[in-house]
Formats: sequence, C-alpha cells, structure tokens
Amino acid sequence: MCGAPKQGGDLAGIDLTTQTVIQGSVWHDGAPVAGAYVRLLDETDEFTAEVVTSPEGEFRFFAAPGQWKLRSLAPIGKGERVLTADVGLNETTVAIG
Amino acid sequence: MSRTDVLVTADWAQENLARPGLVFVEVDEDTTAYDGGHLEGAVKLDWKKDLQDPLRRDFVDKAGFEALLSSRGISNDDTVILYGGNNNWFAAYAYWYFKLYGHQDVKLIDGGRKKWELDGRPLSKDVVERPTTQYRASDPDLSIRAFRDEVVASIGNKNIVDVRSPDEFSGKILAPAHLPQEMAQKGGHVPTAINIPWSKAANEDGTFKSDEQLAALYDEQGYDDSKATIAYCRIGERSSHTWFVLRELLGKSDVKNYDGSWVEYGSLVGVPIEK
Repeated sequence: MCGAPKQGGDLAGIDLTTQTVIQGSVWHDGAPVAGAYVRLLDETDEFTAEVVTSPEGEFRFFAAPGQWKLRSLAPIGKGERVLTADVGLNETTVAIG
Repeated sequence: MSRTDVLVTADWAQENLARPGLVFVEVDEDTTAYDGGHLEGAVKLDWKKDLQDPLRRDFVDKAGFEALLSSRGISNDDTVILYGGNNNWFAAYAYWYFKLYGHQDVKLIDGGRKKWELDGRPLSKDVVERPTTQYRASDPDLSIRAFRDEVVASIGNKNIVDVRSPDEFSGKILAPAHLPQEMAQKGGHVPTAINIPWSKAANEDGTFKSDEQLAALYDEQGYDDSKATIAYCRIGERSSHTWFVLRELLGKSDVKNYDGSWVEYGSLVGVPIEK
C-alpha cells in the first residue's frame, strides 16, 4: 500500500511509544474543511507526504522527531503551520485564512 | 514524443469528456474517491485489485490485462486518458503499465484529480457502463521495467534515480509519512543513487513543471544523459511519475522503472546499502 489510509478516527493499533504521529484538523471560518490537501514538508521545505482531509477535516502523518511544516491547499485558500514533533502524539490545527 | 502527445490539460479534458474514441480512466489505490464522484463517463481501475496479481507480488499477466480492459470497454484503438489522486502517482503507474502491455495511445490529465478538485470542476456519481470489448495486449515490453538483479548490476554505471523524499533516502523514515513507520526492510538507498524526489517535478497543484524546468532539475542533480537510467521509490508508483517525466516529457532514452523498489531492495539479503 502506498496511498493514505483513512484520515482521523481513533488511534487503536498505533504504537505511540515508537511512532511520531502528527495529526489535527484544517479549519476555515470556524468550521473544519473536508477534502483539503495537506502536505508535510521537512526542515528544508522539501515535500515528504500529502493526504486529503476526512469529512471531519482531519489529517494524520507518521513522521520522525524534529521540525516539520504543514501546508494546506483547498479551493478556498492556503494555510501553514510549523511544529516540532516528538515521539508520540502531536496534535495541531491548520487555519486557512 | 512531446508533451502534447502524452499530456492533456484539465480544460481540454473537460471539453472532450463525451468525445468518441476517448476513454477516461480514474486510477487510484483507494477507489472511494471515484465512488464519491468522478469525471463524467470515466471508468475506474483499482490499483491493487485490478492491476496487481492477487497472490504473487507482480502484475496481472497478459491474459488478465486483456480481460480487465475488455471488461472496462476499452478497445485497442481507443485513446486512454488517465487521471487519479496522489498527484497522479497511480495514474502514472497505469500509464507505464499500459505502455508495457503495448497500448499505443495513452495520455495523462495534467494535475489529475487534485487540480480538477482545486479548480472546482464537476464530478459525477453516475454508474458508468461501457460495452465489453475484445482487447488484445502485446507481450510485456521489458525494456521499460527493471528487476532487482539489473539494479544491483547498475550500481556505479547507470543513473539510479531514487525519487523518494530526502528523509526516506537517508533512512530517517522508512515509508512516506502518511503511512505508519513499521516496515520490515532496512532504511537507506541503493549505492550511487541520486535523490531527485518526484515532488520536484510537480507543482503544488499536481501539474508537471515546464519542460525547461524539468530539464534543468535533472541536469543540476547530476543526471548523466550518456547513461541508461533506472528509477525507483518504495513500491514503484512515485517512480512511475518520474519515469513519465524522463521518458515521455523529456524524451530520454533507455529509462526503466524498478517497481520492486525499496520494499524489495531493502529486504534483499547481502545487497549493498548506503545511508
């Protein structure tokens, strides 16, 4: 498999003692954005992965500890968020302005 | 071969959806996208169920490919227009696969499903049924498909292009970051491989960069035009995207896709690995 699994939902079956999970939602005007493209960029701004948000606006990546950038792209606009992730669950939101 | 022979714009596709002799085909690993809305009249191919052998790790054989295309109502003389999600990864894989089995006229929609959605173009939920055909495939063209022994023998003497992200190339992560990092294989890359991520060939909306930008990209990264080339990634779909760029857009000769890719190479006993 190389496409993205279903976004969001519970974390059952994911080992948070080894995985670095970055997850959250994309928001615009106080509401989650379904079907938005979210890409994960590394420290040098290079593309690492991309998913499409769930009907609830959720996304999830499995990364490694370090600094990452999230960039969201949707018909209504773009949003960005930089974060530092550690092993375990790293929750965040990306707002589209 | 030039860009217009192998690539159509979303505008062109939208204007020609009903044109006889064209068959639009959506290719995805997760076909719920198609089921939720597809281009009017497009049929679907499921990358896993339709294009992979259900038992072994390999393609469906020639007879299987003939049965598949016949069931989708695709004729040998149809122009097949492919598109899909994931920045056209699986559509590019299908393009390479159709070429392998000798289909003459295949094109990609530039930007695939992503650009179509970002543009707010119409999608249909209508069930698409096309009359069954009698499709005949050619024997596989192995001049565009590399196997593991050839990859090992190519170390140091061919362009080996690793199209994964820099963090996968270095072994920092073992799979693209939308997947759990629980792979059996070792991390790293094939020695002497150059890392030119597939994403550098695409714009943010999923369209391909211009021919000039693409030519400059591979030149700058040390691609040697005098040598044959093997592209690989993790399972061969992102490297199909780069194979398409190198062979179909830039017209480079002797370019193969290694679909065994890192899932195979990183699990082989005794082969050299660099990190």
